Amino acid sequence: MSSADFLLQGFIKAFELIFTLDPYILSITGVSIKVSGTATILAALTAIPLSFALAFFNFRGKQTLITLINTGMGLPPVFVGLFIFVMLVPAGPLGFADMIFTPFAMILAQYILVTPIITGISLSAIKAVPKSLIETVYTLGGNRKDAVIAALSEARFGIITAILAGLGRALSEVGAILIVGGNIAYSGSIGGIGEGISYTRTLTTAITSETSKGGNFSTPIALGIILIALNLSVNLLANYFQRRD
Amino acid sequence: MEELIRIEGLHMIFGEKEVLKDINLRILRGEIFALVGPSGSGKTTFLRLLNFFERPEKGNLRFNGMETSGIINIRRRMSLLFQTPAIFNRSVFDNVAYGLKVRNIDKKTFEKKVIEALGIVGLSGLENQKARTLSGGEAQRMAFARAIVYDPEVLLLDEPTANLDPANVMKIEEIIKRIRNERETTILLATHNIPQVRRIADRVGILINGELIEVNTKDAIFKYPEDKRSEAFLKGEMIY
Repeated sequence: MSSADFLLQGFIKAFELIFTLDPYILSITGVSIKVSGTATILAALTAIPLSFALAFFNFRGKQTLITLINTGMGLPPVFVGLFIFVMLVPAGPLGFADMIFTPFAMILAQYILVTPIITGISLSAIKAVPKSLIETVYTLGGNRKDAVIAALSEARFGIITAILAGLGRALSEVGAILIVGGNIAYSGSIGGIGEGISYTRTLTTAITSETSKGGNFSTPIALGIILIALNLSVNLLANYFQRRD
Repeated sequence: MEELIRIEGLHMIFGEKEVLKDINLRILRGEIFALVGPSGSGKTTFLRLLNFFERPEKGNLRFNGMETSGIINIRRRMSLLFQTPAIFNRSVFDNVAYGLKVRNIDKKTFEKKVIEALGIVGLSGLENQKARTLSGGEAQRMAFARAIVYDPEVLLLDEPTANLDPANVMKIEEIIKRIRNERETTILLATHNIPQVRRIADRVGILINGELIEVNTKDAIFKYPEDKRSEAFLKGEMIY
């Protein structure tokens, strides 16, 4: 078999897996969306109020917090994975919770990675709202609450873009969730076509393990196509909201 | 005319600079008072003080004629229009309706008021257009509609025609006169546009380097200026 045939066969089989809704592929995709989606929602619920507090209020330690957030935007995932791992292993301070190698641990790791990203981008969007616009709220009879609502409304597309950037980062992240999730799938023969159901195996971690096995590349190619399609959809949405701003 | 606002011994400092020096002034109900002076003379700061964006170093602002007290209540009886209007990223209708929404006016009433205000400024039919797609002149007129839609007693205008073409300047001046005539709104206009002052003001105050050097009726101040600096400025000579 030539190298071109080898690649072609891999892609053909990959599309077969996708279009026949292979349960193994579907379960991995489901875990990815569930883990990254939940982490992003929780991160957004923390990041949006936090970015508003940073934009509108002065408090002690504000500058330190902003520095931490900026640093957090570039946190190495493997370091976050190691940190959560050390916290959650049986001998660690939170070992009693018995959460290591569970989707919860993966959500926690991604939450830590994504929160600074959404906060940082949201804060920039809120700060980009002109001061004159906030003053206009007051001149027209509005109060502080109206000013905050107006700023949220003006920065809405920037905040949505921030959430989508966070989701994109979570979906494509591999280092942290590999360490704390363990890349687990239930099956006697994990990795066979149509065999196995994911527990903590995601698109990215599965690509890592499936590729390292060698031989059959159709499964990692199928997973890669789905991952790219998901990220492309997220980016198209982000572009749409940026254009509307 | 009845006194609406009294300013007594108003003093304002930014850092080392004295921006306003011992300002004493009475604003009368229903008048168009033009505060005239070169750029940097303190006109904008004066308007911002009246709208509570700044706190004076010394002096008093008395809103005796407004029959209300408290910053938010007095502010709600006024409107300040900036030189360059800040526009909400919404429709023209939503922009104009903003002051009514924050006052919890019922929807039926505010729809009528928004349409009426847009009619006054000549923007009828543009309700659903995105406000940020308006031209500079249209945007300023929309800001006027937004400022008058809740019938403020006092309208503070900061160089409202500074960036506009002659046609839009004329329209804005017509709107100012119409609002005063039809609604008896008191208008405080900060400007360095002398021909505009001749066309629309009732009384004029000359503010130079933070000092209110002369206040008089328009006719008197143009015919018989008491201060040489006033005379020079009104003639169009530069003063620093």
